[in-house]
Amino acid sequence: MSDNEMVQLKYTVIPDDYNAVGSASSDAKNKLRMVGVPPDILRKVSICMYEGEINMVIHARGGEITVNINPTNIQMILRDNGPGIADINKAMQAGFSTASEDARNLGFGAGMGLPNMKKFSDDMSVETKLGVGTTVTMVVNL
Amino acid sequence: MEETYMTIATVAELLNARILTGEAHSGLEVTSAFACDLMSDVLAYANGYKLLLSGLCNAQVIRTAEMLDMNCIIFVRGKCPDEQMIKMAASNDMVVLRTDYSMFTSSGILYQAGIKGGQM
Repeated sequence: MSDNEMVQLKYTVIPDDYNAVGSASSDAKNKLRMVGVPPDILRKVSICMYEGEINMVIHARGGEITVNINPTNIQMILRDNGPGIADINKAMQAGFSTASEDARNLGFGAGMGLPNMKKFSDDMSVETKLGVGTTVTMVVNL
Repeated sequence: MEETYMTIATVAELLNARILTGEAHSGLEVTSAFACDLMSDVLAYANGYKLLLSGLCNAQVIRTAEMLDMNCIIFVRGKCPDEQMIKMAASNDMVVLRTDYSMFTSSGILYQAGIKGGQM
């Protein structure tokens, strides 16, 4: 596969099967590895996307993920039509969570998702509107 | 301090653990391990580790290990992954072990044998 053939990946995240959560991140990781993204960058992208994917399932009934492979970075756009984030500053604090017991049973929902995404991405922005949805855009530099 | 290199096969022996999948990769050597039930903390702090000990037993444990390129998962407290989880681990060339020891005891045994916790 040459770089030219794959510049964008698109995924639909469906919240029905908790066991399947992470399949988009897994697929993206394999494809990015195939086009030669170095392991340390790949891990950062994987952590960001997987935390985001988990968030989409536990907070927002799923959504869409677009991964753009650019010459100098990997950009991930995670868009959902969930409830939106009421207080983004609070949501960015490590340990703050509104997650359900189900999410906690998965090993998540401890208020580390957004902080982890910020920690492992080189740039992150969150656009959110109550009752409309949330779009998280993350960039990891190559 | 000198690092202790230990094969996954030796890890299994020390923990009286059963190898559920990935025996072919059990000759792989490890020097450090991360023990945790909270997958977000594994993602946050376990970058660079090959060995994960966990008492949480669901598909997200395998996914988390996959995202971090970990080679071996040890399920403690007798937790038994289902067939789907084992398949998922096998497709990522992971070794999956199961021990009846608790998280504390498992970690203690490995630490005493020279496996370290690494840098936080």
